[in-house]
Amino acid sequence: MLDKTLTQLAAGLARGDFSSVELTQAYLERIRLHNTDLNAYITVTDDIALAQAATADEHRAAGNAGPLTGLPIAHKDIFCTQGVRTSCGSRMLDNFIAPYESTVTARLAGAGAVMLGKTNLDEFAMGSSTESSYYGPTRNPWNRDTVPGGSSGGSATAVAARLAAAATGTDTGGSIRQPAAFTGITGLKPTYGRVSRWGMVAYGSSLDCGGPMTQTAEDAALMLNAVAGFDPKDSTSMDRQVDDYQARLNEPLAGLRIGLPKEYFGDGLNEGIRSAVMAAVSELEKLGATVKEISLPRTELSIPAYYIIAPAEASTNLSRYDGVRYGYRCKDPVDLEDLYKRSRAEGFGAEVQRRILVGTYALSAGYYDAYYKKAQQLRRLIRDDFQTGFQEVDVILAPTTPSPAWTLGEKSNDPVAMYLEDIYTLSTNLAGLPALALPCGQVGGLPVGLQLIGNYFEESHLLNIGHQYQQVTDWHQQAPAL
Amino acid sequence: MEWETVIGLEIHVQLSTRSKIFSGSSTQYGAEPNTQASLVDLAMPGALPVFNENALRKAVAFGLAIDAHIGKRSVFDRKNYFYPDLPKGYQITQMDDPIVGLGEVEIVLDDGSTRTIGVTRAHLEEDAGKSLHEDFEGMTGIDLNRAGTPLLEIVSEPDMRSAKEAVAYLKKIHSIVTYIGISDGNMAEGSLRCDANVSVRPKGQTEFGTRTEIKNINSFKFVEKAINVEVQRHIDVIEDGGTVTQETRLYDADKNETRSMRSKEFANDYRYFPEPDLLPVEIDDAYIQDVKDHLPELPDAKIQRFKADYGLSDYDATVLAASRAMADYFEAVVDVTKDAKLAANWCMGELAGQLNRHEQDIADSPVSAADLGLLIQRIQDNTVSNKIAKTVFEAMFRGEGSADEIIEAQGLKQVSDSGAIEAMIDEVIANNPAQVADYRSGKDKLFGFFVGQVMKASKGQANPAQVNDILKSKLQG
Repeated sequence: MLDKTLTQLAAGLARGDFSSVELTQAYLERIRLHNTDLNAYITVTDDIALAQAATADEHRAAGNAGPLTGLPIAHKDIFCTQGVRTSCGSRMLDNFIAPYESTVTARLAGAGAVMLGKTNLDEFAMGSSTESSYYGPTRNPWNRDTVPGGSSGGSATAVAARLAAAATGTDTGGSIRQPAAFTGITGLKPTYGRVSRWGMVAYGSSLDCGGPMTQTAEDAALMLNAVAGFDPKDSTSMDRQVDDYQARLNEPLAGLRIGLPKEYFGDGLNEGIRSAVMAAVSELEKLGATVKEISLPRTELSIPAYYIIAPAEASTNLSRYDGVRYGYRCKDPVDLEDLYKRSRAEGFGAEVQRRILVGTYALSAGYYDAYYKKAQQLRRLIRDDFQTGFQEVDVILAPTTPSPAWTLGEKSNDPVAMYLEDIYTLSTNLAGLPALALPCGQVGGLPVGLQLIGNYFEESHLLNIGHQYQQVTDWHQQAPAL
Repeated sequence: MEWETVIGLEIHVQLSTRSKIFSGSSTQYGAEPNTQASLVDLAMPGALPVFNENALRKAVAFGLAIDAHIGKRSVFDRKNYFYPDLPKGYQITQMDDPIVGLGEVEIVLDDGSTRTIGVTRAHLEEDAGKSLHEDFEGMTGIDLNRAGTPLLEIVSEPDMRSAKEAVAYLKKIHSIVTYIGISDGNMAEGSLRCDANVSVRPKGQTEFGTRTEIKNINSFKFVEKAINVEVQRHIDVIEDGGTVTQETRLYDADKNETRSMRSKEFANDYRYFPEPDLLPVEIDDAYIQDVKDHLPELPDAKIQRFKADYGLSDYDATVLAASRAMADYFEAVVDVTKDAKLAANWCMGELAGQLNRHEQDIADSPVSAADLGLLIQRIQDNTVSNKIAKTVFEAMFRGEGSADEIIEAQGLKQVSDSGAIEAMIDEVIANNPAQVADYRSGKDKLFGFFVGQVMKASKGQANPAQVNDILKSKLQG
């Protein structure tokens, strides 16, 4: 039962093959068996899950089932969930019980989904390996000595190891797509502004995007249908017509123009990943797509631009954690200054402190023009590069990561080496574009992936291509043996 | 040496929107601590600001009122610093692209001369909460009710040359914001707060001296005193061979002195940058025109109209138009009485006097404009004399009833029955034969004596015009 996709489980519930309570119990049992080992969940909400499942079964019996009614999913522990600890993987919020619900989780609950729990992440979503969590690292279910990627590593592992039918993630610089690639699942980063950020704890406000992490593109469409759309509580969410993301899944790909950016296929790319991605390109060609090389010349500059803008925004977004109103407060502060300094020094981990320092520096008087302003200029150039590309092609196809999952601890003491691993994902966030990560092969027993980058609000098209690709391949069906 | 004072003011005006600038919480003053603090005001993780369009309208109205440039694209920025009453650790404000650009206002000085004061800019921002130090032994309480209240910070050019000019400018801004209804202007409740930048320089020198900033001066009186005491401090420092340190100072009204709050070496680096949670605010000509169309008459225009339409003197028009509440009251009285001069005299005389004596605002006047109008009508129709009317007004102010009720109850109705008046006059003439003889032999001045005697006999209620006429003819014998 747990090997099924979200879409298949929805059909099973609709047919009455099993109830939501049975399904939820099965997931909770599997979580009990494997979570100690994998550390995918920070918090498992058994009671809430079973109560929601019972309600879901009642709704179904009464003929009031929605598209997600009774489907057990997990939430990255960066979405506020009312009455449930929302830790952001940080000691700072270890004691924080959210007093309200995020729009994403509220919409999923409204569509009938059951919450299994809150998944592990890099502290405040700052990282690419889920090793910076206060709750310890999450393991990659394909090889427990390797990282699952990050920052949505808990959600990725939960979906890959079938500890949830699907999960939410957030993507600021690749945090949905890179862990999806490392664990062999599908992950969608929507267009910036398509999904509300209300209640999604901020890292880099102008970059943060919530999105689905699922087994298949079809599942991602099902979930996106529930969460996408304007939210008056988020001024940066877009007041614009929402597609039915399932409507185009079965359109043929004949005439599709795919661009391969040469900067994504350079020296740093693992050869196994290169051939897996090129094999996927061949499959798409067989489905009627044409392929051409394009150039996104400013790709390399996305690393410095991102690692200025994201920390700059983070440095002030995280100022609210001051030990005054909620969250961690140091013991026996002698005065206000001491309260601030020790609460923050003790409450935040090393990577968060590093980014706060970098961001504070970049915004400081005398450095603002050289760093933040320059980074914003680069951001515009990167966006322009994509628009030039989209004049020639419909979508851009590239590897999601330059290498497969690395060993736990391998890059922990070399932050720059870790930052460089984000090279293929950062520029889509800087440009605000949607991108769909799909599994497309394995290297040394570890999954690897490709990503399809579309123009603004082209999620339907990306999901269509992903779904068609998954009709002729089975990488998305591979699951790790636990 | 002769010194010249240079003053610039930063005025924070609380905009009278019902909800806060970035959240739906109420802005009502005086509620129990933290009962008007929402998720956004508390800076909960994941909470986001949403801009209140009402604050925008009010800011644009102010810009139009001072004939300023209106920013069609204004941008919110974060000003970063840590303080317990600043829950996000940054204030959302406007730095490079404010909603209101360069404008100017004209002030009138005591000698009647006018000066133009430049307004550099006015920008929208959120207010902070309050730290409460009383009632908390060894601790500080935080009240976030005020956090997020919309403010318009109005920054002047360093155009003022005396404390009196600064006060005149502050009063002018107060009058404009209350006139156009964007703020209640209540300084006691902090709806209008003022920081003053003060420096001195030798007369004739073009460069500015080193300035200090005096924070949060919360009344017109204190603005004048604080500036004067600070100016004198600057002069004393310099004349003693010292130099003025650029710093922020606090005015202590009890001791009438300023003292250092923080000097520049501890100055925060606010790390301003564009607020990524809010889009730039874009407005078009139609929006600006719409605000303009709804703008009420401004003080200067009202003064001109009062002079032209009601024939008021420059002085009367200026006094009556000084506040919108007084101007509206006056016009409502004119509406009833149709006599602008009489209405003006009563508003500026008895009404203003009583309000002043009881330290009351015109908005809280126990006598409404319509009631005062009815009283004046009783003067016009000779029911009471002007003098008796003042007695009636005092009773009205005490809440004893309407003009007619009081006149009736106290029997103050003017005696206009010529028979009754004649009888009183006859008695006065009969009782004062010596004075009558003197008058008839040419002592005209005694006429006033007879009037006084008759009025006394009538307890002031005899119609003075009738008394005059009848007395004159009777005395001529």
